[in-house]
Formats: sequence, structure tokens, C-alpha cells
Amino acid sequence: MPDRLADTFRALRERDEKAMGLFLTSGFPDPGSTLDVLHAIDRGGADFIELGMPFSDPLAEGKPIQRASERALAHGATLDDAFETVHRFRTESQTPLLMMGYLNPVLRYGPARFCEQAAEAGADGLILPDLPPEEGALVEDHTRAAGLGLVYLIAPNTPDARIREIDHRATGFVYAVSVTGLTGSRLDDGTDDDQPSPVEAYLKRARHLVQENPLLVGFGIQSHEDAMRLSRHTDGFIVGSALIRAVRKWWDERDAPATERLEAVEAFAHHLKYGTSQSAPRKSAPRREQSAPRKDTLHASGPATAAGGR
Amino acid sequence: MPVSFFKTTYPMPDVAEKTTYAQPDTRGRYGDYGGAFVPEILVPAVEALKEAYAEAKDDDAFWAEHRALLEDYVGRPTPLTFCDRLTRQLGGAKIYAKREDLCHTGAHKLNNTIGQALMARRMGKERIIAETGAGQHGVATATVCAKFGLECTVYMGAEDMQRQRLNVERMRLLDAEVCEVTSGSETLKDATNEAIRDWVASPEETFYIIGSVVGPHPYPMMVRDFHRVIGRETRRQLAEREGREVPDALVACVGGGSNAIGLFHPFLEDEQVEIIGVEAAGEGLEGGRHAATLYGGSPGVLHGAMSYLLQTDAGQVELAHSVSAGLDYPGIGPEHAHLKDEGRARYQSATDAEALEGVQLLSETEGIIPALETAHAVAALPELADALGENAVIVFNCSGRGDKDMETIAGGLASLAEKV
Repeated sequence: MPDRLADTFRALRERDEKAMGLFLTSGFPDPGSTLDVLHAIDRGGADFIELGMPFSDPLAEGKPIQRASERALAHGATLDDAFETVHRFRTESQTPLLMMGYLNPVLRYGPARFCEQAAEAGADGLILPDLPPEEGALVEDHTRAAGLGLVYLIAPNTPDARIREIDHRATGFVYAVSVTGLTGSRLDDGTDDDQPSPVEAYLKRARHLVQENPLLVGFGIQSHEDAMRLSRHTDGFIVGSALIRAVRKWWDERDAPATERLEAVEAFAHHLKYGTSQSAPRKSAPRREQSAPRKDTLHASGPATAAGGR
Repeated sequence: MPVSFFKTTYPMPDVAEKTTYAQPDTRGRYGDYGGAFVPEILVPAVEALKEAYAEAKDDDAFWAEHRALLEDYVGRPTPLTFCDRLTRQLGGAKIYAKREDLCHTGAHKLNNTIGQALMARRMGKERIIAETGAGQHGVATATVCAKFGLECTVYMGAEDMQRQRLNVERMRLLDAEVCEVTSGSETLKDATNEAIRDWVASPEETFYIIGSVVGPHPYPMMVRDFHRVIGRETRRQLAEREGREVPDALVACVGGGSNAIGLFHPFLEDEQVEIIGVEAAGEGLEGGRHAATLYGGSPGVLHGAMSYLLQTDAGQVELAHSVSAGLDYPGIGPEHAHLKDEGRARYQSATDAEALEGVQLLSETEGIIPALETAHAVAALPELADALGENAVIVFNCSGRGDKDMETIAGGLASLAEKV
């Protein structure tokens, strides 16, 4: 099995480029549109995708993702639908994709069967925010057997020793939650003097401690500027709520043909990653047909972040 | 964080513990249930609570203060009332009521909220949050916060706020902020989600006072320990009244299961005691509109713990239903799940209609108007008293008084009368 996730991070590192992960809830904005939106963000520059598995009680989520989840469930979204979406996405793109959601639906599906199905559909990893490493044995053997990554999260209040342990346990990458809060929270903004903000200090600390995996930062990133500032000390960044909000706006408030909406989503993704409107070189889809697999090069503006020791 | 803490397997059989009941293990497992399934942000908060409680547990001064407050402020010990007319009417075993309805605020709830408020103070936290369904736990939390001078925020579903206006007013009078929850089903489950989300946003400053033996470890153990006074008093009182510490059967209603575990726990090792929990069968078990989690649910993870759960085939949490708001919860404490699987306790259920009849029965024979939750336990008494016979002794937990439910009781009895 190709290790799409590792290959992607390696290639980006070689280009000194930050990875952009984008989160979309399966079944959102409606079951017929999820796959099209995934392709649009893929074209827009997503380096990996997190496909959210809707759950009735998503307790780490802020309003945008909660509502997306409720809406998908109201449309009858199931895990099998999500696998089908992954499968169809995978026939056209090799962009890595992780499934993200809460533990209970996975347990109910059966962790072994879930991991087999996910891997067979073409998923690359699993993120379960309510599964701390202490309870990880419930799924770890199954993700390993299926060749899926199992991403664990760290937070600003995670002690150093625990960050090291989590790095050791995680496969795929380590997800650094930027704020003590929910998805879509307001970022703890840096001051404009030379003092690093608390979030930067935390990410710097995390960068120092996380040595075995790529380190990605997420929660609260709304713009290219946020993304650049926070990913100075990481291998990249993840955006969820801001994309969900944007998609909802285009689907619910704009009376436009689907192609126009999808172009807007693509442009949104592109702007998040590159900070420019979409005239510059853009990733053409499907990626396997690309002649030149290079994206715009993004140079880290901060201190050397190149993957020390990896 | 010791490295060994990570090296866990799940589930972990605990063969060595078979002879004496010593649940949970150090990682909060009751057999296959329990644990701490929380977002990483909450891990330090949960760990800190675990350590603080481990210290408090061995601190005599902590328990002395808890006991003093239970005596001076709550009114403990609560009586163990012999229900002579109820006993005669049912014509079987002798029935005693453990009178938690006589506690301050009208139910067993303060045993727990006082304990947790003491923990908050011990940990230097001045901001309290809580979830509430019908408002009883919210009122009990607001009450101790007023008594302790702590800031209090209570999350309550929008629909529950409508249904339980008086309790909303009580909480406000006690100077608590009541936050309306408009997500999901707008009931207890969603209020709990919202309280956990609040905690995620301020784990350092905030102490979350959970209202039942649910949530991540150490909550189910800690809340149980605060309520164990119910069973301990019962043993002492029964020895005085009957010349023996243990009854033949214990009966309590079970939603999350805190009043039940408080009564049951000190008797778990007395194998001759039959232990019976009564869940809410709502409109009936067949129709699916019920809250009988152990009967109709299956193992799953909600609100930080592995336990039984009412859920769909897809693992989405289902809505519970009961005429009694306090039992209207799709989960149950992990220790009850364990006791069920082990066969140490037996769980049955009573419908809304049976509970209403239980209200009538206890009101008419004993002059005690029970809460609708409590009435589910009452509903189990006729059959049990008959089965055990005259020489037997039954203690049921009269966990709360019915004043709060008068509107529902009146409406419910009226519609029952119509059907008949």
C-alpha cells in the first residue's frame, strides 16, 4: 500500500512548503455535494483532506461543525456513505484522506470492520478526538492491521512528557490544537511587539518535542494570514470551521449554479493556502494527470522549521 | 505522566479482584466499562481531579467537613421510615423508605454537590459549571455555590427550561446563571454536551460538577462515594430497627444511577441482599419511547465513559423518553453496567403509567408524595413484597419529593383516568 500521507509530507518538506489539511463533514452541505466539494478543495490546493463522520453528540466541536453534523444526520448520512465518498474520491485523486469523528459510531460499526472498510475505500488515517491514548488500545491494533494512521491530538495544556508520549503513539501526524477551546474558536492572537504570543510559544515547544511525526496545527484558523502565522513552527495547518461556514454560505445564501459554487470553494481553498486569488499556478485535478506536480512554493517565514531529526 | 499509564489494554479482566468488590480499578474501569474518553484538552483537568480526589479520599478532615455539612445544612441522617400501611396493603415483606426526600432541596442531590464543591475549593477553583435536565441538579449546584460563595453557570436545554420554569427561577434566585442550550434535542444530553464544551474552553479555571455517576473517571467513583452515606446510614438504622444490618432487598430508581449506587454500594458484598434498579420504561419498552438504557441499550461511549447507551444501529445516540425528567437520559453510570453484566444487581423497569400509580400508592398509604423518579422504585414494590413474603425486609430509596412534579402528576393521573 502506498503511504500517501508520509509521501505527501516528505514532498512538501523537500519543497519547504506548508501542508494544508481541509476538513469537510461527510453528507454536508448535502449528500449529493460532498464529493464535488472534496474535489473542489483538492483542486484548490488541499494537501490532505479530513472527512468528518457526523455524530449526534460531537463534544469538541464549535457551532459550525456541530450544525454541519446535525444537517448531515438529518439527511441520513451514514458511515457507509462516507466510505463510498472516499472510494469515489480515491478513483480520481491520490490526495491523502483521513476520517475524523467520534468514537461511538466507530465502535458500533466494529473497530476492525471499520478500519478494513476505511482502508479498502482508500482512506489513509483516522482521527478520533474523544479517544485519548490511554484508551487507544480499542482501535490501535485495527488501524495498524489495516495500514491506517492513527492521529492523536495535543493541546496547549498538554505537559511536555505527555507530548513526547503522544508523538510516540501517533502515526500519520500529531494534531496540535491551537487553542484551549472548541473547533472554530477565536485564536489567541499574537501581540504586535516582538514577544511571541502564547500560542506561538506553545507551538514552538511542541515543535521541539514532536520528533517522530509531522506536526500540524488546527482549530480557529480562518485565513491565509492565520495559517502562515501559526504554521511557522509546524509542518502545516488544518482548516475546518471556516471552510464549513464558507460552504454553507454559498449553498444556503447564494442562488448560483453548482459549478459557480464549486469554483468559489476552490478559490477559497486556494486563497487559504497561497494568499492569492486563483490566477497563479493551480493544482489541476485529478492530480495523477498532473505533468508538473509542483504547487506554489511557500517559504516558511519564521526560524528554521525544517524537519529536524526526521 | 508515567509511561506505564499508556500501556493499557481494554477491556482488562480483573481476576484478582473477584473475592472482594473493589471497583473501579486505577484507570477507572468497572469491568469493561468506565474509563475516560475525553478530548486531549480535558486530560490534564481530569488527571488533576483524579489526583486531588485520591488525596481527599484519604483525608479524614475532608470527610469530616463533608459529614458536618450533610448534618448541619442538608439535614442528615435522613430517617429510615417503616411504611406500615404500605406494608399491610401489599401484604408481603416489610417495607422501609430511606427518606432522601427530606434532604435540603428535596432529594439526594446535595450529598454529591457538597462533595464536589469541597473538591472545587480544595483545588482552588472558583467557577462552577453544571448540566441539568429537570433542574434538580442545577438547583442543588446553585445551592452549594451560594453557600460556598462560588460563581455558578448551569446549562439547561431550551425545552427543559420551558417545562421546568420554577427550577429556572430557583436557580436564578440562588444567583446562578442559567444558559439555554439550543443544540441537538435541547434536553439533558445536550446540556451535558454544552457543559463539557464550556469545560473544554476553560479547564484551568472551571470545576465541572457532574450530576450523576456518569462522565469520565474519576467522576462515577467520586459521585458514588459522596452518595454512599445513603447506604451506610441504612445499615446502621436497619440494625437498630430490625436487629440486622442487611435487608433482603434494596430497590432504587436508575437514570444515571446516583441515588441507586449510593444505596447499593455498601451492600454489594452482602451476597444475600437482592439488589434491584428500576429504569424508566416510558411509554413502554416495545415502542422505543423509553429510557431503559440497560434493557434497550448496548455498550458505547457517551460523555466520557464506556457504558450502556441508547443508540441507533449507526451508533448515533438516541433520545430517551420518560415522564420523569430525572430518568430521561440515554446513558447510565458505568458501575451499573458492570453490576448488570456481573449479575450482582438486577434491573427492571416501570412505565410512565406504573410510575404514576406508584405516586398514588405511596401518597395514599404513607402520606409521602414521591418524585416521579422515585415513583419508579415504588412501582416495583408490590410484586417484590409479594415474592419475598412476610419475613423479609425491603428498603427502597425514597430519593426525592414530588412537589416539583405536581403539574405533571396531576396531568398524568387525569389522562390515566380518561383511558380507564
